[in-house]
Amino acid sequence: MLTFILRRLMLAIPTLLLISLVIFLLVDFAPGSPMSEIPLTVPPEVRQKMMAAMGADKPVMVRYVLWLRQFFIVEPQYAIDALFGTDFAQGAQRIISWQSKVPVFQIIGERLPQTLTVVGTAYLIGILIALPIGIYSAYRQYSWFDIGGTFFSTVGFSVPTFFTGNILILIFAVKLGWFPTIYDTNLRITDWESLVKMLKQMALPVTVLALFNAAEISRYTRASVLENLGQDYVRTARAKGMPERVVLLKHVLRNSLIPVVTVIALGLPTVFGGAIVTEQIFKINGIGAALIGAIHVSDLPTVQTITFIFAVLIVAFNLIADILYGILDPRIRYD
Amino acid sequence: MPDGARPVLDVRGLKTVFRTRGGDVHAVNDVSFSLQKGELLGVVGESGSGKSVTMMSLIGLLPSPPADVCGGTVMLGDTDLLTAPPEELRQIRGARIGFVFQDPMTSLNPVFNVGSQIMEPLREHMGMTKAQAEVRAVELLELVGIPDARRRLKSYPHQFSGGMRQRVMIAIALACDPDVLIADEPTTALDVTIQAQILELVKELRQKLGMAIIWITHDLGVIAGIADRVMVMYGGQVVEQGPVRAVFSAPQHPYTRALLRTIPKLHGPRDARLEAISGQPPILSAPPTSCPFRPRCPHAFDRCAAENPARRAIDGRAIGQGHDVACHWTAPAMQEVAHA
Ligand SMILES: Nc1ncnc2c1ncn2[C@@H]1O[C@H](COP(=O)(O)OP(=O)(O)OP(=O)(O)O)[C@@H](O)[C@H]1O
Ligand SMILES: [Mg+2]
Repeated sequence: MLTFILRRLMLAIPTLLLISLVIFLLVDFAPGSPMSEIPLTVPPEVRQKMMAAMGADKPVMVRYVLWLRQFFIVEPQYAIDALFGTDFAQGAQRIISWQSKVPVFQIIGERLPQTLTVVGTAYLIGILIALPIGIYSAYRQYSWFDIGGTFFSTVGFSVPTFFTGNILILIFAVKLGWFPTIYDTNLRITDWESLVKMLKQMALPVTVLALFNAAEISRYTRASVLENLGQDYVRTARAKGMPERVVLLKHVLRNSLIPVVTVIALGLPTVFGGAIVTEQIFKINGIGAALIGAIHVSDLPTVQTITFIFAVLIVAFNLIADILYGILDPRIRYD
Repeated sequence: MPDGARPVLDVRGLKTVFRTRGGDVHAVNDVSFSLQKGELLGVVGESGSGKSVTMMSLIGLLPSPPADVCGGTVMLGDTDLLTAPPEELRQIRGARIGFVFQDPMTSLNPVFNVGSQIMEPLREHMGMTKAQAEVRAVELLELVGIPDARRRLKSYPHQFSGGMRQRVMIAIALACDPDVLIADEPTTALDVTIQAQILELVKELRQKLGMAIIWITHDLGVIAGIADRVMVMYGGQVVEQGPVRAVFSAPQHPYTRALLRTIPKLHGPRDARLEAISGQPPILSAPPTSCPFRPRCPHAFDRCAAENPARRAIDGRAIGQGHDVACHWTAPAMQEVAHA
């Protein structure tokens, strides 16, 4: 198992290098310049100097190598320094946002908690809703519960979040006024009142994302449970006189969860992508909003870094999914 | 009852219909048989003749819908399994009736070790603690001839060969000392030498434990080797039934005769080729009103189309006790069938 993980980690390095190169080049070739926000009255020599100050005038490959060094060597050192109060980095040049001139990782550190609260809660709630629905739908296939559940998950899966989001805002925030339309990023939970406020502002975005996740996961769960219900070992368990509860929740579920857990692990990073849209709709100042903002002003280092972090998450969760698969299924051996 | 002893299992007029979208399928039509204590009843019949459906109907193992066990009684001791509440039936399954299925590769749960799968019925039905169940599980594995039993408890099904897995299945079925063991083609999926080993094992276990066994198979050779009585099924009904010796030496039903001719002979001159029974077994969309074997029967005459033959005794004993057949035709003594 350990050798498997190590081997996969070694394999991940070239993969990530390739991804980083592709991302860097694609983002770099996109039209737009960091100077587009600078007034036209600024003379060209000054513009040139500004570009040089940011390092934006260097050839793309030079900037790529520099960025790589910063991402993989400098930034981890800063992270360690921040954690343990050491001084490994010794003031080395960090990845700096062209727009705000602060380190990109500082921006990420400020924005990520907003995203994680909403996305994380939504994913958790989504899973908690999806599993029972999927299991029961499969167990009572073609019942009214199953038909209803399948209908809602098909709708939830096929209607985009920006649509459900706006509908929910229209009904519950604008018409009924139950929830705020704008997410207050600066809200700190200090007492009961602020806690309620926090829950209220989280309610709509979390609902939108949770519904979407629940739709997908419940479909997988239903299909997986259904497939396993027809297996011979289920008949054996019944022939042994096991109660239905044990047959379903032990024998069938344990087998059905193997692919579902994989889907959940693989889906987690993609939720960040989906959250970008939700953050726009609900005006949540999270990592997705940071990315969109950076794209608008051609803040290449920020765009490249955040996009690459998404890629790292995908690779990491792929590995996690594989490891979980091996833990859950005794037939899989890693050697 | 002429033979005095009360059967452990007594099935009367069992009927099972599958209510499917494409219409009803009458898979079991008025099947009656009984099983004495310690007896081994062989059940034969080609694919689709209703052997498995009959046995699964007994203990409520068929998914419903589509299956509808719509008639008959199944007495296990004083309990009618067909009217018993589901919870009572569940407590009988695995405790008083053990089941071994055809495919040992898929019949065990792949994600639990075999120890826990053997211990499950022990803890459920006998109320054993984990430690007690573990001791018993080791005993059971040793009983079915799995070496190094204690260590093997922790192994997963995929770490066993097919034959070993079937031994594990037998251990599970025998865990709670059942009165009846139903084995549905337990050796069909195994290769010949392993088949022979499993057969030996069952013979031996039968001597040791004395339970009654229903053994479903396609292989008349197997029946000849281990069964006391044989029941031949066709089109969801019993077409012939009797002591193995009587049925093999004087088969009455044309279908039984045809089946016996398909056994390769070990002694004497070999036929040029094995005889196959031509034609297809029927799929009945309505309860049969004529003999289901008629389209394939060389001896069919008009009465066979007009009336589904009832079982009639041919040795003067009560139906189900001696040798009986469901056929209008009176078979002449048969020379060409050799003993298998
Ligand atoms: N779920 C089902 N729905 C509809 N018909 C079914 C179903 N299961 C079984 N049958 C029908 O019941 C009949 C008897 O099937 P059964 O499995 O008992 O045959 P069998 O004698 O055990 O055959 P085999 O030797 O192949 O195991 C078949 O004609 C089959 O088509
Ligand atoms: Mg069968």
